[in-house]
Amino acid sequence: MAKTMFDKIWDSRVVADLGDGWSLLYLDRVLIHDLSGGRAIREVLDAGHGVAEPNKVFAVPDHAVSSRPGRDETTFPIGEKLLKSLRETTGKTGVRLFDLGRPGHGIVHVMAPELGVVLPGLTLACGDSHTCTNGAMGCMAFGIGASELGHALATQTLPQRRPRTMRIRFEGARPPGVTAKDMILHAIGRLGTAAGTGYAIEYAGSAVEALEIEERLTLCNLSIEMGAKIGMVAPDDKTFAYLQGRDFAPKAAQWAAALAEWRAVPSDPGARFDVDHLIRMDDIAPQITWGTSPGQVAPITGFVPEGDAAALAYMGLEPGQKLAGTKVDWVFIGSCTNSRLSDLRAAADIIGGRHVAAHVTAWVVPGSETVKREAEAEGLHTRFLEAGFEWREPGCALCVAANGEQVPAGARCVSTSNRNFVGRQGTGARTHLASPAMAAAAALAGALVDVREMV
Amino acid sequence: MESFSSITATAVPFLRQNVDTDVIIPIQRLVGTGRTGLGPYAFERLRYLPDGSDNPQFPLNQPGYKGSQLLLADENFGCGSSREGAVWALMGMGVRCVIAPSFGDIFFANCFQNGLLPVRLPIAVIRQIAEETEASPGNARTTVDLERRVVITPTGTEIPFEVDTRKREAMLHGLDDIALTKRHAEAIAAWREADRAARPWAWDSVA
Repeated sequence: MAKTMFDKIWDSRVVADLGDGWSLLYLDRVLIHDLSGGRAIREVLDAGHGVAEPNKVFAVPDHAVSSRPGRDETTFPIGEKLLKSLRETTGKTGVRLFDLGRPGHGIVHVMAPELGVVLPGLTLACGDSHTCTNGAMGCMAFGIGASELGHALATQTLPQRRPRTMRIRFEGARPPGVTAKDMILHAIGRLGTAAGTGYAIEYAGSAVEALEIEERLTLCNLSIEMGAKIGMVAPDDKTFAYLQGRDFAPKAAQWAAALAEWRAVPSDPGARFDVDHLIRMDDIAPQITWGTSPGQVAPITGFVPEGDAAALAYMGLEPGQKLAGTKVDWVFIGSCTNSRLSDLRAAADIIGGRHVAAHVTAWVVPGSETVKREAEAEGLHTRFLEAGFEWREPGCALCVAANGEQVPAGARCVSTSNRNFVGRQGTGARTHLASPAMAAAAALAGALVDVREMV
Repeated sequence: MESFSSITATAVPFLRQNVDTDVIIPIQRLVGTGRTGLGPYAFERLRYLPDGSDNPQFPLNQPGYKGSQLLLADENFGCGSSREGAVWALMGMGVRCVIAPSFGDIFFANCFQNGLLPVRLPIAVIRQIAEETEASPGNARTTVDLERRVVITPTGTEIPFEVDTRKREAMLHGLDDIALTKRHAEAIAAWREADRAARPWAWDSVA
């Protein structure tokens, strides 16, 4: 019988059938970060368990590190405590740590694919909801809480209930100004923030096949904003080319063996999904969120709708108001959604000799040490700095506000991150989610603006 | 994990869609803290006024509702971040059960790890419980019985709910998942051996 990619991976990783739709799944990779990693290992050790397979666990500090230029671990003292705990516990158990300023350091969902830790056909878990990002490599990756993380570390397995399957096909040519971010925001706006609850999503169709790997990572990143723990793209020649030669990708003779297996990972022709959606690329324009949930999104040519009075009061917007032209105070280009080299290039390409509006504070936070170094090697940082953007150090920064960095109360921020929740970027901060190009355009214009008018 | 068999409490209506875990507990409260002591910060952005006093508009601050073990919620409760602190904060303020039409998947799993029972019921039923509660202030009690898998509304209507057999057992007896999994130690070891032989590339690349 024809099987979906999800079914193939799930079925191949079942250690034991626990009944009632539950399986004990083997985890090929576990990622941990500063916010919960140190505590998770300590709890496991305190309970008398070891870390079952430390060589399959990768640790990095990202959430609670400062992104201030020239930062070190002491810049944000609370984060320093978390980092020290991560160093101590990983040191004790033999888990690899990618420390601040070192090659391999970065936002967990940026550095892990970059290092070749995330491979097609495997399973991966991490104590972070945006673990779905890694599904872009054809990997079954999902976010878990602290207790499940402890279980993952202690046993390298996890009991999970099999989700249903959903396919979202994007068909057609990509219209001007439309990025992977716009595709997924449009999908969430159309299908709803709970459409994917209980599902593993596969993104497919000609427009997804046409996406580069970094764009697919962006696409999968927002799966959880649609409710889905898992979002995947079938691995193809682009995936394989991306992986070849990376630090933790298979080498030599094993590369050929892996490749042969990976080619069989995509869904079989005729495989059935529990739910199938089709989205035409023609229907998608550059997107901007207007509310306090990622599903509250509209084309930049649109207007603020009526309906959610609480969201509009928080956002300081009036029903019927045109979105374009709304004054902006802050811009954040970064996060596990949009901080990769291609994102930074797209943002820099909008600048075109212009300068950030005088009243706007604009940050560019590269997703990893590697992204930062590559961007600097091609002079992107100079272009940003000359245009009035701040060029900062890798980390989660303004996406999560767990690192001493916040958008001030009442300030309006165009952000390339993934959540516009109340208080997400700081108490009272007003977040509009958009693509890197849209965010850069807003920084220059000092207002929400259609990126297509800025090129 | 705290075991759960049955509670009888005043159901607090908090019928708002997409209540995310950032709203349940801001990330700033989870930096450098443990699993306990989060109760005072649960819903803090909604629960307190700027001067730090209780916001009288927030349901859990209202007379008869404060300290209740039972919350009624709307679609997609607990969506967003995987932070288990959302569950610790709710339990820290005394909540042991949330009834909603749907939950964020990761929050839902986290609840079962701690002894907070998430119950899925249609929104019409939830509204009925809310109405019955509001019709009889101070007296209306709702029972959530995990043993029998029923919710009993204030007027006595019994409404069955579904819950995974596995999760129900673990909750009733306060069982720890790691201990349960370790019963499969031999199967795990055998699976590892077989996989290592079948696909060495998945092992050697991180050896």
